[in-house]
Amino acid sequence: MKKLALSDEILLKIDKPARYTGGEINSVMKDPAKVAIRFAMCFPDVYEIGMSHLGIQILYDMFNRREDVWCERVYSPWTDLDPILRERKIPLFALESQDPVRDFDFLGITLQYEMCYTNILQILDLSGIPLHAADRTWADPIVIGGGPCAYNPEPIAPFFDLFYIGEGEVVYDELLDRYKEIKKQNKSRLEFLEAAAQIPGIYVPGFYEVTYREDGTIRAMTPVNPHAPARVARQLVTDMDGACYPEKPVIPYIRTTQDRVVLEIMRGCIRGCRFCQAGMIYRPVRERSVDELKALAKSMLLATGHEEISLSSLSSSDYTGLEELVRFLIEEFEGRGVNVSLPSLRIDAFSLDVMSRVQDVKKSSLTFAPEAGSQRLRNVINKGLTEEDILKGSAEAFCGGWNRVKLYFMLGLPTETDEDIEGIALLSEKVAETYYDTVPKEERHGKVQVTASTSFFVPKPFTPFQWARMCSSEEFLEKAALVNHKMREMLNRKSLRYNWHEAELTVLEGVFARGDRRVAAVIEEAYRRGALYDAWSESFRNEIWMDAFAACGVDIAFYTQRERSRDEIFPWDFIDIGVSREFLYREWEKALREEVTPNCREQCSGCGVRRYDCGVCLEERSAR
Amino acid sequence: MKLRIRFRKQEELRFIGHLDVMRYFQKVMRRAQVAIRYSEGFSPHQIMSFASPLSVGLISNGEYVDIDVSSADSSEAMRDRLNAAGVPQLQVLSVRRLDDSAKNAMASVAAADYVIWLKKEALPASREEEKALFEELLAFCKRPSVLTVKKTKKGEKEVDLKPMIWNAQAGELKLLRPAYAEAADAAYGLSVRLASGSAANVKPEQLLGAFLEARGGAESSVSFQIEREELYAVKEETGSLIPLEAFGSDF
Ligand code: SF4
Ligand code: SF4
Repeated sequence: MKKLALSDEILLKIDKPARYTGGEINSVMKDPAKVAIRFAMCFPDVYEIGMSHLGIQILYDMFNRREDVWCERVYSPWTDLDPILRERKIPLFALESQDPVRDFDFLGITLQYEMCYTNILQILDLSGIPLHAADRTWADPIVIGGGPCAYNPEPIAPFFDLFYIGEGEVVYDELLDRYKEIKKQNKSRLEFLEAAAQIPGIYVPGFYEVTYREDGTIRAMTPVNPHAPARVARQLVTDMDGACYPEKPVIPYIRTTQDRVVLEIMRGCIRGCRFCQAGMIYRPVRERSVDELKALAKSMLLATGHEEISLSSLSSSDYTGLEELVRFLIEEFEGRGVNVSLPSLRIDAFSLDVMSRVQDVKKSSLTFAPEAGSQRLRNVINKGLTEEDILKGSAEAFCGGWNRVKLYFMLGLPTETDEDIEGIALLSEKVAETYYDTVPKEERHGKVQVTASTSFFVPKPFTPFQWARMCSSEEFLEKAALVNHKMREMLNRKSLRYNWHEAELTVLEGVFARGDRRVAAVIEEAYRRGALYDAWSESFRNEIWMDAFAACGVDIAFYTQRERSRDEIFPWDFIDIGVSREFLYREWEKALREEVTPNCREQCSGCGVRRYDCGVCLEERSAR
Repeated sequence: MKLRIRFRKQEELRFIGHLDVMRYFQKVMRRAQVAIRYSEGFSPHQIMSFASPLSVGLISNGEYVDIDVSSADSSEAMRDRLNAAGVPQLQVLSVRRLDDSAKNAMASVAAADYVIWLKKEALPASREEEKALFEELLAFCKRPSVLTVKKTKKGEKEVDLKPMIWNAQAGELKLLRPAYAEAADAAYGLSVRLASGSAANVKPEQLLGAFLEARGGAESSVSFQIEREELYAVKEETGSLIPLEAFGSDF
């Protein structure tokens, strides 16, 4: 029988053993003797989450197309297996070969959310790889991080040899070629890191020194190795149609969170909401062509056998070929054993029509993300959605038979007042009123149900709000209480529901989002004290973190509750994402003046990414 | 047209559950472009019926699923197409046509054959010891009564497995499962037919558990590999047990 890293005895006593045994269809097996590079690709969360991530599938496919590379997958062992591995000293292994991760050439870790940071340490620790890059030798893999959190890698900088800043498809080939050369020439690990540092988009944290001022802010971040550039430029794909797409993705046996074909229709967003990091770091908008997507849909459904297909992008309603594509998908597949799952769309005649064709109107709900409760605050955050849009959209949908609405908001936005907060309840109430005003009594099936959800605002790097102050968890909870209270005063309160996110977790996210290298010690300390799977509410334990901050003498409020001055040097300033700091600051000032900025299709605002010569920046604008 | 598919479940896929196998076959049907029929309704699903769920950890050479199709080319072509769209660990062995009046796989199962042997890591120092162990297991099956305690919702209950153990035989493994002689490190094993299905049902793990408990030794049931070899149903005309596969015919 195939060699497995875990004995039957272990596999039969843990939950979902298939998380660890591999052998999925389209998983790639190669002869280790015939490849030059073994690459372990890791998503630091449990299998069902990690397997659902499109980005990993893209890289897996791209690496394995190279004959000289065998790329395998690694996920975080669940909390039932973790102690067994430690107790019996079983090294962490990759799924395909079941070989120990430590014997690989590379360990690539994708950084999708901040709350996975302790899971990264678990991966390293269980693999037997020193946690600190400085302690590693050629006996250890090169540990490389990439993904959205790499746009401020500083809180986890000491744990990584390299970071890749940008979209994964671009410079990996060069990195792997360099590695092969250097290995062949018997050069040192340092020489490899130096060669890597010269590849655009690669950041070697060990080659930089950070000095601080007395007030704790950064004085300077300077390269201390001659091969390291002063700034690292984010890499991006300029032609989406040419970009790699996994035609034969690995298909898990056990049910995962994303058990379907996912078509990425475009990257980036034209809107420029001021809190939104994705809207900035993925500029400019680049679309895939409708023809390519139609062909991909067909071939992927056939290759995977999935019974569902969905579209993915930041703001699908802005995709220029949306109507053609959606109509094609419905006509081609719906009713033939394939469900078309729609992304959240702007509510209009088109979206209501297609929604009614693919979902059960009585069971599905409409979704709006006004993000703020008043028009004033929506102007501050540059969210184009107006109250009129929401009420008109709702009215149309109510006539079409829907009676459930979900509204998403944020609390703790810059300049927010009690009035803005109460606006959340008032807007929810107006949506409910709209139902009773538009749908005659005899046509109503039951009550309308309006659910408002609030998350707490976290200022993110590379957004106009990177200068902003973030609230404490007490402030957050007070705000949530205010919404809750106001909801109860509403006439239609029986039709309204309200729920809010975990405040403590948000505060930690805030620290990691804008943290610097000094935060790394806290993450390590928390891990040592038992923090793991912090993104899972059942395992998140805030006291561990509070103790870790205290033990390391790191002040949370310094990172979260401080409004930054115009010229403060940020930990992430060494990264050139293309969008200029001047543009972001201009946007911050406009936010405080409650002025809106048109989207990229209405008017170019000169954000700085025009020089990449691609996407929406090159489009003709009719309204000028 | 009703088709009966016989397949294996081998290797690391002993760790996937019954629902996972179902989901796997649904996807295989679409990848292989089988003209499978769908149920009516808002969310149609494939018309598919599996015989008898296999416990996680067991392997098998005799798993069955019945499907309903609107057209199909030939037994051989179908089998090859399904295998090309699937993984070798869940290899399809045959695709045969059933009479429209045939009972579905799930409803008809009455008995199952299993072979039990020792896993590589549990093999004793000598072949004699290994052989002796299975002789002992055989003798256990042949006792006038095979008592075991069964936990039910109402509490514990003593049951006699004996009437549900129909046939047992110890011997060289390669003779007990001749088609797959190469696949195991062990040399000896036990082959046993057990009642299976809605009327009477005993799982091989239950039998093994009863044996190990009666023996009082340190052996644990994870030391043993259990493989299902075949599923049987009663042929109404004769009252005899015949393999599920034999209810269909090649086309
Ligand atoms: S619409 Fe706004 S929030 Fe959504 S992705 Fe675009 S910029 Fe971000
Ligand atoms: S350069 Fe202009 S069009 Fe291009 S992304 Fe920036 S604001 Fe939009």
